[in-house]
Amino acid sequence: MKRAFPILAVVTLALLGYSAYEALVVAPTDRLQGDVYRIIYYHVPSAWTMFTFFAINFVASVIYLIRRNLKADAVAVAAAEMGVVFNTVVLVTGPLWARPVWGIWWTWDIRLTSTLVLWLIYVSYLLLRRFSSGGQMPLLAATLAVFGALDMPLVYFSIWFFRTQHPQPVVGGGGSIDPRMLHIWLLNWFAFECFGLLVFWWRYRLEMMRREVEETQELESLLETRSPR
Amino acid sequence: MSYLYAAYIVTWLIHIGYIGTLVQRYARLRREMQELKRES
Repeated sequence: MKRAFPILAVVTLALLGYSAYEALVVAPTDRLQGDVYRIIYYHVPSAWTMFTFFAINFVASVIYLIRRNLKADAVAVAAAEMGVVFNTVVLVTGPLWARPVWGIWWTWDIRLTSTLVLWLIYVSYLLLRRFSSGGQMPLLAATLAVFGALDMPLVYFSIWFFRTQHPQPVVGGGGSIDPRMLHIWLLNWFAFECFGLLVFWWRYRLEMMRREVEETQELESLLETRSPR
Repeated sequence: MSYLYAAYIVTWLIHIGYIGTLVQRYARLRREMQELKRES
């Protein structure tokens, strides 16, 4: 993977460039919304990628709780960070689409509010990991991640079960979309998943490196305190 | 159109900003690793 990383990075960048071109230039203009609808080519794929990373965080946290596997813990923290990054993109691009289409930046409906709550949950997860120490910290973080994941189905299914300001589901929800739009939508999703997984892999390696450095530093300080003066 | 461009620009600012923090963390860890190797 280490050798393949630069090649994968170049391929992913090319894919992102091509999918952005398709979204901005090739995709047909929406009859009602005009060009501003093209924000969905970034907003929706970012939301799906966010779900991917929070799901990885959930699975890794469950594995850590069962087996106390340190690699699973490192995967969990890397996935949570990636999820928060994509969640931030969702929370920023959503209002930028809503302002010209709805006439408002934000409304406290269930889809928007539960997405904001999801962001707050995982930001608190990262803050817990950043500012607490001790052997119990990964256990507490994994428990928080398992409870935090309960918000994911609420975010996803809220537009199925509740009347919301947010548009109803177009893919898999009975709505319809121009096949050309759907194709470009899926292409952008694939590009963001590839990009996200690449950065995630790097973040995971960084986490393992950080743990190695911390362990060595602890060992060094232990040896220093035990050595005769 | 300005909203559309703002959304695309902000998306990449967020991603590039995050990658920037990863580069900083990587550089700091490399420095710490070299210091540890020198000390041992």
